[in-house]
Amino acid sequence: MKIVYFAWVRERIGKTDEDIDVPADVRTVGDLIGWLSERGEEYAYAFENPKTIRAAIDRTHVNRDAQLAGAREIAFFPPMTGG
Amino acid sequence: MATIRIQREDFDVAAEQRAIAQGNDEVGAVVTFTGICRAGTGVDAIAAMTLEHYPGMAEQEIARHVEEAERRWPLKGVTVIHRHGRLVPGDNIVLVVTASSHRGDAFAAAEFLMDFLKTRAPFWKQEERAGGKSWVAAKNEDDAAAERWTAPARRSDAAE
Repeated sequence: MKIVYFAWVRERIGKTDEDIDVPADVRTVGDLIGWLSERGEEYAYAFENPKTIRAAIDRTHVNRDAQLAGAREIAFFPPMTGG
Repeated sequence: MATIRIQREDFDVAAEQRAIAQGNDEVGAVVTFTGICRAGTGVDAIAAMTLEHYPGMAEQEIARHVEEAERRWPLKGVTVIHRHGRLVPGDNIVLVVTASSHRGDAFAAAEFLMDFLKTRAPFWKQEERAGGKSWVAAKNEDDAAAERWTAPARRSDAAE
């Protein structure tokens, strides 16, 4: 599964994207945030305040309970500040 | 009918306005909104701003909201251009052009699109000041501005 990061989430984790094999019991976006947070300090730092994290599956905004099954690309980023 | 571009280069407001009205006899009103990189003043003044975006999703998300605007208002044309990369005060950031037969629809659609660009389009601003770089925090009032378009419409004929 490809995971991409933007803005300060990208800076904290220290990479723009990565391919990761996620265990089968990591089923939702919320599960993935929890699982990633255990992977290292940089992830724990990026996800330390989950309320400030937005997610997208295959380039569509999703909530925490969205299912990962079938997803090709998961993105994590802060609230958007365009316009 | 809609034109959506995400680009590093600047845009020409007058040219985009001409393009949307040209050859369409039904256009009676064109609204253009231009967002510009603001310097601010004093110690808070910014030297530059860098816009990061999520390629692919940015175009898709803007297209989705343009389609929604076209469903809500009888538009004759829509153009949205959003820049990315490093910008300095005075530079253009974003352009929204809406065309319709009458001004009310063009004004409303332009405001709707801007409110959604602020809160739903995957762009992030990082500002450079004398003290260093910092990511812009999302504003509650921007969320509130976008929220009002999703609030259930008030029924004018309601007895209560």
